Amino acid sequence: MSDALLSVEDLRVRFRTEDGVVRAVDGVSFDLRAGEVLAIVGESGSGKSVTAQTIMGLTRSPNAEFEGRIAYGGIDLLSASDDELRDIRGEEISMIFQDPMTSLHPVYRVGWQIAEIVQAHHRVSRAEARERAIEMLRQVGIPQPERRVDNYPHEFSGGMRQRAMIAMALANSPRILIADEPTTALDVTIQAQIMQLLGRLKDELDSAVILITHDLGIVAEVADRVLVMYAGMPVEVGSTDQVFYDPQHPYTWGLLGSIARVDQDLTERLPSIAGSPPSMLARPEGCPFRPRCPHELAHCLELPPLERRVDDQGHSDRCWLTPEQKRERRMVEGRIGLEAGVA
Amino acid sequence: MTGTGAAVAGEAAAPGDGEPLVAVDHLKQYFPIKSGIVVDREVARVHAVDDITFGIAPGETFGLVGESGCGKSTLARCLLRLLDPTEGSVRFGGRDITRLSRREMRPLRREMQMIFQDPYASLNPRKRIGQIVGDPIKLHGAKGAEVKRRVQELLDRVGLSPEHYNRFPHEFSGGQRQRIGIARALALQPRLIVADEPVSALDVSIQAQIVNLLDDLQDDFGLTYMFVAHDLGVVRHVSTRVGVMYVGKLVEVGPADQIYDRPIHPYTVALLSAIPVPDPRQNADRVRVILKGDVPSPIDPPPACRFHTRCPRATAICSTVEPPLVDYGDGHLAACHHPVNVSAEELARARIAPESPATAGDQLPPPGEAARPWEAAPSLTRG
Repeated sequence: MSDALLSVEDLRVRFRTEDGVVRAVDGVSFDLRAGEVLAIVGESGSGKSVTAQTIMGLTRSPNAEFEGRIAYGGIDLLSASDDELRDIRGEEISMIFQDPMTSLHPVYRVGWQIAEIVQAHHRVSRAEARERAIEMLRQVGIPQPERRVDNYPHEFSGGMRQRAMIAMALANSPRILIADEPTTALDVTIQAQIMQLLGRLKDELDSAVILITHDLGIVAEVADRVLVMYAGMPVEVGSTDQVFYDPQHPYTWGLLGSIARVDQDLTERLPSIAGSPPSMLARPEGCPFRPRCPHELAHCLELPPLERRVDDQGHSDRCWLTPEQKRERRMVEGRIGLEAGVA
Repeated sequence: MTGTGAAVAGEAAAPGDGEPLVAVDHLKQYFPIKSGIVVDREVARVHAVDDITFGIAPGETFGLVGESGCGKSTLARCLLRLLDPTEGSVRFGGRDITRLSRREMRPLRREMQMIFQDPYASLNPRKRIGQIVGDPIKLHGAKGAEVKRRVQELLDRVGLSPEHYNRFPHEFSGGQRQRIGIARALALQPRLIVADEPVSALDVSIQAQIVNLLDDLQDDFGLTYMFVAHDLGVVRHVSTRVGVMYVGKLVEVGPADQIYDRPIHPYTVALLSAIPVPDPRQNADRVRVILKGDVPSPIDPPPACRFHTRCPRATAICSTVEPPLVDYGDGHLAACHHPVNVSAEELARARIAPESPATAGDQLPPPGEAARPWEAAPSLTRG
């Protein structure tokens, strides 16, 4: 697809550690188009954050090895020089981190931290950068921004800090915003405010967003497309409707089924996924989900490719079951779920 | 997970006979904020728990929800007498434990146990699992081989293998560690288990396992749970009754289904509507109430109704008279001058509950409130 803003092709990231090689990301590909929200979901250790950080060049280190391509505006971000990356980061691609407590510098004023990003990329005076910082704080809904701009992070509440982070990330109107669990540390009423704000700013700037989260409620609310990751691999990708209403991979069934929902209480017991996610040092042979999957087949020992199996454009998964088998097996007690395997 | 249930259950509480297992009466827990170099002066107080009354019946699961800083963990700690309440009382099994000495509390400690949020921080990394689970058993008198047998039974019961006896916490995943914490809490055959955010540190697929385990254990041992969490979905699934806290006050309490299907307090409405459901089409159809601003500080809480600063339905009375907790039937109580989801008949039948705070007003919401529309349209956004 030529209209992609960012195109990740077969990205692989390995870290050499004392205990062995960690294959953190193993063959991730996706295209991101302008104005689109792509959600990457998965559990801790599934490689979703490493994928995002690698796009930003934040995983570069002597013990890291990369393969594949991250094409952005004619350059490959994987092989770009540090100088090239520095021009892009904070200007064209920026990131919001999970914990606003630790990602703001405690001894600098909030306004200064926002102004710094503006000055790093544009030839503007200090006063102009400060004006921009005030303007950004106003846009993200901080009351009395003229006064708040001179506050230190500790004078802000958790929700306000996350707003300040968003103000910082959006100060240069980036084309791509990467939000890594942007609301996980926040209360639900504040989460609703932040998600509403992100949606509004995205529309105003026509930015593309990569949203990394484990909360399928948020995904259902804001995402256009979903990439489900397990053990460093994409196991299912499709539009939000495809993934929620016609999920193909048993892991996705398990995720959807194991959520305790506020709007209904249908089942006695929550359909859970047995076992725990595999260690990234010793990934099981074949399909990585095999040890936890009740629908294991003989040829699951061979890794299924990520390909289109249903007659629906843009929907791919990594499971050997046929679409008919899947439709039959994914219904557990009248709703989508994963039948508990051997506990 | 095959059980050795009966053997471990021992003399667990027999539910019934009407008396609540835990009764909290007008409980207040304030924390002083001190300042001064030579003389410690109290300059302010954190009103963490402010005149709360409720009870937990034997065998039920009482879910307590609210945002961070609303005092729900403080309330949980008061129940276990890990704190010394400022005012009011806590009764456990019919006995007032509010002013018992440490020594007097000791025999009661085995009957009330806690499961903590962070399974990484709540297990001593230098101790083996056998010690972690076995120490409480030893403290209460068992010896040698008996301890080991009991620990292995417990490990088996929570879905771990008896061979894990000699392992260290770092050898386990988050979900397994939480199972160890549960085994430790069960070791002394408690009647009450207070679980403070027991699944929020775990991955989604593991959360369901732990919730199911807690459910099974309750059935087998007749346990009573107080389940403190901010995840309203999990609370709905596990709870018989639910209490909603906001800045130190209990604003609504009632049977779980009623709280979720027919919330009366506007804060509960906002809280429930703030949570996106994992269903794109339903999400688009839901009307979302997005509250403005932050949770106020419990150091200097807003006067009268503490929610009036963020409430889209607030009027003049909300900032002058504290709303009493009103009983709308079936034990469904809410403290609001402008209740939602109540009919004129229900309003006519409503009574001020004895659980109402001492400082609250004595006026019921007028019957006209039933017809009152959800106010302040700009706050009611379609999400």
